[in-house]
Amino acid sequence: MTVTARRPGTAAGSPYALPHLDVLESEAVHIFREVAGEFERPVILFSGGKDSIVMLHLALKAFAPAPLPFALLHVDTGHNFPEVIAYRDRVVARHGLRLHVASVQEFIDDGRLRERPDGTRNPLQTVPLLHAIDTGRFDAVFGGGRRDEEKARAKERVFSLRDEFGGWDPRRQRPELWDLYNGRHAPGEHVRVFPLSNWTELDVWQYIAREKIEIPEIYYAHEREVFRRDGMWLTAGEWGGPREDEPQERRLVRYRTVGDMSCTGAVDSDAATIEQIIAEIAASRLTERGATRADDKLSEAAMEDRKREGYF
Amino acid sequence: MSADTAGVEALYTTALLRFATAGSVDDGKSTLVGRLLHDSKSVLSDQLEAVELASRSRGQEAVDLALLTDGLRAEREQGITIDVAYRYFTTARRRFILADTPGHVQYTRNMVTGASTAELAIILVDARNGVVEQTRRHAAVAALLRVPHVVLAVNKMDLVDYAEPVFADIAEAFTAYASSLGIPEVTAIPISALAGDNVVTPSARMDWYGGPTVLEHLETVPVGHDPAGDPARFPVQYVIRPQTPEHPDFRGYAGRIASGVLRVGQRVVAQPSGRASTVRRIDALGQSVDTAWAPQSVTLELDDDLDISRGDLIVPADGAAHPVRDVAATVCHLHDRPLRPGARVLLKHATRTVRAIVREIPSRLTLADLSQHPEPGELVANDIGRVLLRTSEPLAMDAYAASRATGSFLLIDPADGSTLTAGMAGDAFAGAAAAVTGAPDSDDGWDF
Repeated sequence: MTVTARRPGTAAGSPYALPHLDVLESEAVHIFREVAGEFERPVILFSGGKDSIVMLHLALKAFAPAPLPFALLHVDTGHNFPEVIAYRDRVVARHGLRLHVASVQEFIDDGRLRERPDGTRNPLQTVPLLHAIDTGRFDAVFGGGRRDEEKARAKERVFSLRDEFGGWDPRRQRPELWDLYNGRHAPGEHVRVFPLSNWTELDVWQYIAREKIEIPEIYYAHEREVFRRDGMWLTAGEWGGPREDEPQERRLVRYRTVGDMSCTGAVDSDAATIEQIIAEIAASRLTERGATRADDKLSEAAMEDRKREGYF
Repeated sequence: MSADTAGVEALYTTALLRFATAGSVDDGKSTLVGRLLHDSKSVLSDQLEAVELASRSRGQEAVDLALLTDGLRAEREQGITIDVAYRYFTTARRRFILADTPGHVQYTRNMVTGASTAELAIILVDARNGVVEQTRRHAAVAALLRVPHVVLAVNKMDLVDYAEPVFADIAEAFTAYASSLGIPEVTAIPISALAGDNVVTPSARMDWYGGPTVLEHLETVPVGHDPAGDPARFPVQYVIRPQTPEHPDFRGYAGRIASGVLRVGQRVVAQPSGRASTVRRIDALGQSVDTAWAPQSVTLELDDDLDISRGDLIVPADGAAHPVRDVAATVCHLHDRPLRPGARVLLKHATRTVRAIVREIPSRLTLADLSQHPEPGELVANDIGRVLLRTSEPLAMDAYAASRATGSFLLIDPADGSTLTAGMAGDAFAGAAAAVTGAPDSDDGWDF
């Protein structure tokens, strides 16, 4: 059966008005298809976090009913939440996807990387990521980064040209006009592509709700043993917490972002459904990163500096 | 955030407005942006804390709202904005994407970049100075890029005693200039970004002003262009052929409708080949529909198996564009390497990239007074000029005046892939620009 308009009467005025989520969805799908049309070997960075989950959902839509023409790449810090790894493997199996894993632990074990004194592995991801891009000969790497996350990200292009070291130079970015994306690059260079550039955290949650996308359970409120460090609730684990002077307690929490366990904090919350999460986010007076990320607090330009080194 | 007033359900259906700001260094643009974000409660407490901390560590007494938007090391070091930044905020009525474009003199190209996707431009002037050369350049760029709505924000009204005649004179001078550029309509608003007058809350000190605040105008200006009146344009991005047991014969043309409306049963042709068929099915990302329109991403199936590939344009049989190999356009040069006649470039138009030669650069435009400098010999970064191009293959290009999506293109350096130039096919301005008296070209008239 066919219908005339997708959601008639939703936006004001013209019968052709589109709700903002439809506009963002169309734009992201357009970006995926541009990359599929112009690059040889694209890959999607997939962490099992909400942004990469939405990114994957959009990519599957963009090429349906054909299978996804890209593989996934997970940079595994070795300090992941087990629920997230289980989710990742479920999704890969369900859609018959190809998954590459770049392991920080392997790089530490064979001496190519050294553990940082603070135990945070987020900044260490860059080396295995660049190695995986190099050995996989990937020429386009999709990331779930959004411009609302951070000031340096606000300056990032949708197509971000990276040199052979994966580095980002804000002064040498290509201007990006209309929806004409320039993906030309020299051998050895690659392009980072951010289909969710114009999405906000709230858009991502609304889209998850609208599309009824499954997400890892740790995004919902649950009871968990946590301890306080640098003003955040961290989960105990083999990664090295808590120290003796950091007492553990059981709290009702959820995660607003999913990343390395050593630097991703939980927030106090009783939001058990998507609708409650959306209401909580809409009322929050803290940004996503301010609430839950330790590594961005390192300096005023922490994100910019990491991006210059090849971080996404 | 306004979930309390709007309700979570209402947040799903809000419309999206993309707008750009333009103003010179001291007009208070960063303060206006900071004020919009701050007073619409879009700045969260940890961001504000970070800005307070940074202001203090710099020895500043007051919180510098400009630090909210200047995100890069070099920008903070020099206290200037060097690149377009995109900001996001939401009210109960609408979602906003703000292209925050630098006003510094070297960055015309950045305003062009920001304006290319904007449906509205806010041009800021200092009430003490009125319409100056810089204001005319900003208006000209907005007109050139055919931004549908223009707002004149007359800032620093607090410094002219909130006097109505000051505002009225500036609004009149600007509106006259704008209409000579073909800008159909200007909304002028007297504000003080520093004191917060008429940005988000109506000013008690300007009771003579009966119009909307900046935010109210942003929330209520008609969004989106009615696609019904435009010819349909569907650049094919990608051909979907699963060749799986469930879909052995599926052949779908994936793309985003660039303009107009497409319907099932419609007779269409593929350009440039000219082969005809009928739309059998439209899949709007998982939903089968009878009708789809710009800017929806869809997949089309046709009745006939035509040889159609990426770069082709599917259009109504009775509304095709005329393929051309000679393109006359107005361009803004973006790169530090100049553009010269004879240059061999790549031209990217919609989903098609072809080789092209710059045949002639007949004139260069002075934005401040719209005078034409004939045969400039080259265009350097931030120059706007007329260019004649010859392409290796025919392109179904529309005039930019008819379609921003299929009238725009990029020139790319084939050697290193740099984006060189942004192009708009056809005439530069909608209005009687020729009526503006041509003052002699000055040497430095090219930089913003």
